[in-house]
Amino acid sequence: MIAARLSRLRFFFRKRPSTEVEEEIRAHLAESMANKMGAGMSLVEARRLALIEFGGIESAREQVYRQHPRAWLDTLRQDLRFAARSLKRDRGFTTIAVLILALGMGANIAVFSLVNTILLRPLPFRNPGQVVWLQPAEAGGGLSGATYSSDAYEDLRDRNQSFSGVTGYFAFSAPNNLKLTGSGIPTPITGIGVIPNLLDVLQVPPQLGRGFRMEDGRKGASPVVMLSHAFWMTHFHGDRDVVDQAISVDGKPATIIGVLPAAFDFGATFSPGTRVDVLSPFSLDEGRDWGNIVTLIARLKPGVTTRQAEAESATLFPQLYWSKKQADSKGGYKAVAAVPMKEHVAGPLRRSLYVLWSAVAMILLIVCVNLSNLLLGRAATRSKEFALRFALGASRQRIIRQLLTESLLLSFAGAAIGIALAAVVTQWLAHQGSLALPLISELRIDMPTLLWTVLLGIGATLLFGVVPSLRITADANLQATLKDSGPGASEGRKHEGLRNALIISEVALACVLVVGAGLLLRSFLKVMEIDLGFQPSHAATISVEMPDLKTGKAGPYYRNLLQQVSAIPGIQSAGIADNLPLARNRTWGAPGIKGVHYGPNERMPTFVYMITPGYMEAMAMHLRGRDFSWQDDDASEPVIILNERAARMLFPSGDALDHMVDMSGKERRIVGVVPDVHETDVEASSAWQVYFPVSQLSDMSGVELVVRSNLSAATLQPTLLKLLRRTNPAQGAVDVRPMQALVDHSTSPRRFFAWLVGLFAASGVVLACLGIYGVISYSVTRQTQEIGIRMALGASPASVLRSVLQRTLRLAGIGIAVGTVAAILVAKGIAAMLYGTEATDPMTFAAMLVSLLVVSLAAGYFPARRAAHINPLVALRTQ
Amino acid sequence: MAPSTDLLQGTLDVLILKTLAHAPMHGWGIASRIQQISEDVLQVGQGSLYPALHRLEYKGWIEASWGASDNNRRAKFYALTPVGKKQLRAEIEQWTRLSAAVSLILGATAEQFA
Repeated sequence: MIAARLSRLRFFFRKRPSTEVEEEIRAHLAESMANKMGAGMSLVEARRLALIEFGGIESAREQVYRQHPRAWLDTLRQDLRFAARSLKRDRGFTTIAVLILALGMGANIAVFSLVNTILLRPLPFRNPGQVVWLQPAEAGGGLSGATYSSDAYEDLRDRNQSFSGVTGYFAFSAPNNLKLTGSGIPTPITGIGVIPNLLDVLQVPPQLGRGFRMEDGRKGASPVVMLSHAFWMTHFHGDRDVVDQAISVDGKPATIIGVLPAAFDFGATFSPGTRVDVLSPFSLDEGRDWGNIVTLIARLKPGVTTRQAEAESATLFPQLYWSKKQADSKGGYKAVAAVPMKEHVAGPLRRSLYVLWSAVAMILLIVCVNLSNLLLGRAATRSKEFALRFALGASRQRIIRQLLTESLLLSFAGAAIGIALAAVVTQWLAHQGSLALPLISELRIDMPTLLWTVLLGIGATLLFGVVPSLRITADANLQATLKDSGPGASEGRKHEGLRNALIISEVALACVLVVGAGLLLRSFLKVMEIDLGFQPSHAATISVEMPDLKTGKAGPYYRNLLQQVSAIPGIQSAGIADNLPLARNRTWGAPGIKGVHYGPNERMPTFVYMITPGYMEAMAMHLRGRDFSWQDDDASEPVIILNERAARMLFPSGDALDHMVDMSGKERRIVGVVPDVHETDVEASSAWQVYFPVSQLSDMSGVELVVRSNLSAATLQPTLLKLLRRTNPAQGAVDVRPMQALVDHSTSPRRFFAWLVGLFAASGVVLACLGIYGVISYSVTRQTQEIGIRMALGASPASVLRSVLQRTLRLAGIGIAVGTVAAILVAKGIAAMLYGTEATDPMTFAAMLVSLLVVSLAAGYFPARRAAHINPLVALRTQ
Repeated sequence: MAPSTDLLQGTLDVLILKTLAHAPMHGWGIASRIQQISEDVLQVGQGSLYPALHRLEYKGWIEASWGASDNNRRAKFYALTPVGKKQLRAEIEQWTRLSAAVSLILGATAEQFA
């Protein structure tokens, strides 16, 4: 076997056999002649007979040559050279074909790399399939609902049988929660406190230095940090000596112990759309009295399934304590779902990505159909060439191969430009820090993407090249074509049926795309219309450095600060809250009416906000009752503001205003009721929310200043920052952000998908129109003579125009009819992605179908007008 | 060309292999030997002989070297390789089976078809 292979290989590299064959044949003839002369023939006679016996020398030579394994390579080279020449000659066709292909391929490659990055590529951990995210099996309660206390974490870690390791991170870090101090103005950075074994459980080895050790998380341990790869590159320019250096974080020195690998971007994985610069060890002891604070991430033991882990959790979790200081805090935790990490990160996007993927696939289909059409049109002008080649002895197979080589060349030229386009797009997307898509910063053109491109190239070639090449060679009637002196009335008609079918399928595909995009866009508009409970326009926000205040001093401090802020010209109102909606949140136990006993599911975890007077006004929330005032302090009656939902559920029969509720150990008077605010997600419904005045409850988890002003965030920035730095020199150089940015961040995935699908639909329509234009225009050109005769016989330009338009209408109409049926099916499939829009929304369907019809008519109008302007005299004379 | 029985596709290969089984030979030699042994029934068209020789060489069943012919001319001699010998045995066996089967059918009596 090996010998055989070797012999083939040797054969492959051997010089061409032509001279050898020459010599061999000569030797053969000589031998044959010698033999015949030996039998008594004359030289002339012997030569004659030997030549006759041998047969065609040229054909023998040819046959021998074909045995050579390099022959097909030579043919391919020939084909390629010929294809390149013929494409070069037809520059207009080639340019259009390659451009259309490049766009279609580029979109496909870009979307594939998105799908690959988010869905297909494994997470950058070792054995990522074992890593699971633990969250309550029954969802609800925002971030607090999916977090656990230090005591619960430790018991779970020590008592479980299913996991080889349990870890987590502090869930309530806000962006820019740290400041890099030292020389100059403090730079805000984002740090996340992680349970020290995080990298061990995920099995992510640091790129430089060491990971955290358990003792780094002890209370009072000397502070250490690990840098993210990106932060290391931007702030330390990749300096390898950075390990063991000290940086100053929030005015305290911390030692850099290591650098994370580039592949592991904490923010991209666990909190899409936010940047995480440093990791620090989280002290479980310090957070022991803070309630539910850490998320749970675990690694399954080998062989343990998620189902087994979940079964164990059903008995284990109810035994965990919220706080061991309170014996009755046992039993608050319920069974958890062990969600594979990949599913946790990418699961919610799966459907959107598949839709996007299908949309680009449809674009590529339309592109291929369009190209098939172009190739058929081109074939009509090349039929003489093919006829001639047939006549000279080319086989059908040979011509098909030639045509496919041309298609392949086009396809790969398109793919090459497409991949360049995709590289630009992915590069751009990877740097959209505000886009809340996970792992997006990892987006790049990698090996799988390149392979996918090659596959696409070959697939597209087959799709658009095979049908025309079969069709062209099938009915190459030699005689008829060669005799045919020019584009007569019959010429080209033979492909008409096929071309019409192609146009119809193109319109149908475009129809599906357009309807799908219409539904997604309408959903997006609906989401934009959602009453968030506050007015993001004309509001801006900035994170204020939290002052170190003694109890009871919070009120006067913030009152003073807000007075100064309100004095800035152009600021209408200002207020402070510790958490902003759609940003950070926390939940506490629900309020209740004293004496009333509530069942386990009658109340829900409640979002709490510590606010100052003026906050409601700055957020433009419609308040019933009164706002807090600075007089609501420790000396006066405790007050609270509820949202509508909590108020309605606590007081189903009457108005909640002025009633008393019991919350966190005190009876408080309800002084106001505000609309429900979308606390975590624009599209999710709101839970219970309560507001406390900071002057009574200053347990704040942050300080966010909100101002209402007609001035832009950029204009406000210097003034506000100067004021804040005067009040507290530790204030970091954070940005003033428009409130709308928070909303945009939350809606960015939907915006992104709606926008992209819309873009694809638009290009689908443009391509379909190009196809319609091409076919109608071609048929008008072909029928010039016929139209000329009809006009000479008295047809009016208007009737010619009408007849061409009717043809267009018929094609588009059939396409749209087929497309509508397909669109209904597709719409059912994406129903889960829609918001406030029915899958069969008649408005969307009608609008999209009518506009598609109008656009296709417009595409037919130009050739129709040309037909109407045909001068019969000129048309008849040119024939 | 003289009337001849057309060679079954692929049969030429086994004939060449068999002819080369005893001694290396050049192209003309092979053709005339086949013709002579088959008592002029089989005439190898030279147009197909050389492609076949090159095909067999490519497959590694025969190998070629230049040498002097009986008439002292430079000629290309073909010889069987060990792989070729194995192949020849296999082909002969297959041919025997096939021809036996064909003879069975052709020699069948009317009753057997009934």
